[in-house]
Amino acid sequence: MLKALRARVHQGRRTIRYPDATPGLSDRFRGLPELDPSRCGPKCAECIDACPTGAIVKRDGQLRLDLGRCLFCADCVNACPEGAIGYGSEYRMAARAREDLVIGGDPFRLVAALDEKTRRLFGRSLKLRQVSAGGCNGCEADVSVLNTVVFDLGRFGIQFVASPRHADGLLVTGPVTENMRVALRKTYDAVPAPKLVIAVGACAISGGPFVDHPEVHNGADAVVPVDLYVPGCPPHPLTILDALLRLLGRIEERAGS
Amino acid sequence: MGSGASLVLRNSQPARAGDVPVLDVAAFTAEVQGRVEAGGRVVALFGHPLGADSARLVAVLGDDHAGVMALTATDVRGSYPALTPRCPQAHRFECEVAEQCGVEPVGHPWLKPVRGVEPSAGAPFFEVTGDEVHEVAVGPVHAGIIEPGHFRFQCHGETVMHLEIALGYQHRGVERALVGGPSKRTIHYVETLAGDTSVGHATAHCQAVEALAGCRVPARAEVLRGVALELERLANHTGDLGALAGDVGYLPTASYCGRIRGDFLNMTALLCGSRFGRGMVRPGGVGFDADPTRAAELLARLEKAVVDVGEAAQLLWDEPSVQARFEEVGALLPETCEALGLVGVAARASALPRDVRDAFPSGIFRFAHIPVSTWHTGDVFARAYVRWLEIQRSAAFVRERLTVLPDGAVRVPVGPLAADGMVVSLVEGWRGEICHVARTDGEGRFAHYKVVDPSFHNWMGLAMALRDQQISDFPLCNKSFNLSYCGHDL
Repeated sequence: MLKALRARVHQGRRTIRYPDATPGLSDRFRGLPELDPSRCGPKCAECIDACPTGAIVKRDGQLRLDLGRCLFCADCVNACPEGAIGYGSEYRMAARAREDLVIGGDPFRLVAALDEKTRRLFGRSLKLRQVSAGGCNGCEADVSVLNTVVFDLGRFGIQFVASPRHADGLLVTGPVTENMRVALRKTYDAVPAPKLVIAVGACAISGGPFVDHPEVHNGADAVVPVDLYVPGCPPHPLTILDALLRLLGRIEERAGS
Repeated sequence: MGSGASLVLRNSQPARAGDVPVLDVAAFTAEVQGRVEAGGRVVALFGHPLGADSARLVAVLGDDHAGVMALTATDVRGSYPALTPRCPQAHRFECEVAEQCGVEPVGHPWLKPVRGVEPSAGAPFFEVTGDEVHEVAVGPVHAGIIEPGHFRFQCHGETVMHLEIALGYQHRGVERALVGGPSKRTIHYVETLAGDTSVGHATAHCQAVEALAGCRVPARAEVLRGVALELERLANHTGDLGALAGDVGYLPTASYCGRIRGDFLNMTALLCGSRFGRGMVRPGGVGFDADPTRAAELLARLEKAVVDVGEAAQLLWDEPSVQARFEEVGALLPETCEALGLVGVAARASALPRDVRDAFPSGIFRFAHIPVSTWHTGDVFARAYVRWLEIQRSAAFVRERLTVLPDGAVRVPVGPLAADGMVVSLVEGWRGEICHVARTDGEGRFAHYKVVDPSFHNWMGLAMALRDQQISDFPLCNKSFNLSYCGHDL
């Protein structure tokens, strides 16, 4: 008992003060990509060719990058001869609409809060059922880590529950394999309405590295309607936490402000 | 080399595909069984379809003492006499061959699809009947934040007589997609075979590619790969100790280890920007160097985390209520592990000294040896305790390697792969032996790519560990193995 108490004192209080303060991330962390089209050569397509998932396209001569497909792998950065593409340190990058994940045009639209009515329902208590539908355990692990003392998700009233019947929504990871399609749909149907669906990670948004495999369905919205997209491969836990808190209207200000 | 019935290779030693002897079925069976009876292991056994109902079977048989693997092959059409009745460790492999190639292993005692989840896949569950016998079905969607799988228990009261594990829900078609590569997606497929083992699988893949291309990886890169691999082990073993504590309701260690696991993941992120080591291991070397400041920072963080995890683990061993729940639960005899061909922590917890880093060392492990950690009781305690032993040894390895980082480049270009080549690459991932077998075609593209995650060997071990146990001990036993679903389903 004394040993346990001594350990308790030594291990200390480790919960981060997010959202009031942001812990430092690795200087090599690959956050929200930054595009500088002014540096692009007129006929250059190196980054487009290098991207493993087809996340980068040129539309009207302008570079567009789909965060929903991006694996944050830096293959494009290494391929670009002009330094026109790079990763910033911004970890806040989830969106409510699929098209908002395409960057390079209008300013990035970060998650908007739920409407007032839904917010009154879920804002102070959100119970989620997690469904892994072909996830590689990367996204699962960094969702699960929100339950540790470091992030202490419970203090925001957000909790992962064991049954869809007890849940207000689903948090889906993985590209939705054909072998999980029915299970995902049944789990969704078992959640009482109104309900939310949160797609976490490149797989759940677009199929990720497995995009267009006949064995997968290219993401959750092929099977269930999605309310929140959290990009990354896997997303940093802070990216997921920030997305959840913004969805619930617990953080109001815009990124960068 | 070898008896003529096999081609004998070392870990990541390139060969010509044509040098693997193709025997008749009887000679093949005799060769596999002979080597297994002489103490060998089935590292991999797979089929390469030759037509609608014919296939070339290739067996990779490991000899832990000699540190070599014997490759032998045969062509079968329609059916062949199953190896499993005399060689139980071939069980899941032969099911997989049947599913992928449409050839039937005749006399296989339990032929079921490995990844087919529909009831129409024609695979009824084994059923126990009788008074007071009942069945419990769990999954594929589970209560926690874990991957999907289906567990079917045959129980008498609280006692589990039989557990059947049905997987395949995570099947993404990765092996199929790897054929025709290397392509720009290849390394990303490999890093997500089992996303918690990105470094392990990426290293296995890169070793295979480098062997086929005749590429020599710089010493500095070999060390950094080793460091990343051991950081992956440290993070996962620490997480597992915490999860085991959580499963028996001992919250101090559960909370501390949950946090310390993150500290190790963040050390990997310090190296390469990703908590899971994505982007770290690349063909020809590593994607990121560790400058002296970074190495010093890593060392400083390592020291803190090692003290913290040591204290958290010691609480477990000192707490009688924890020990009462760990000891003599889910015990596996060494004979069972041997018969089933288990690898990794599960095998070492049953006194089998199986460790690729020791028996088939590659990269930095040829020069810096990590002692094999074993325990002899085979129960949940042993699987927890082996993890703790390995945490200490991995920490010592990282500490030592980072202090004497060799100079030089961290990545060199990799040329084209040899045509008609064959290679078997092994890495000791944190769960156990990772095996990648690559065979190239006439143009040096992958004609076949076989991945064997340690979980493929070990799921059967979990099923056996549950026999005669309380059904309420399933979560604890499951966590003590902590196997990969996606690594199995591919």
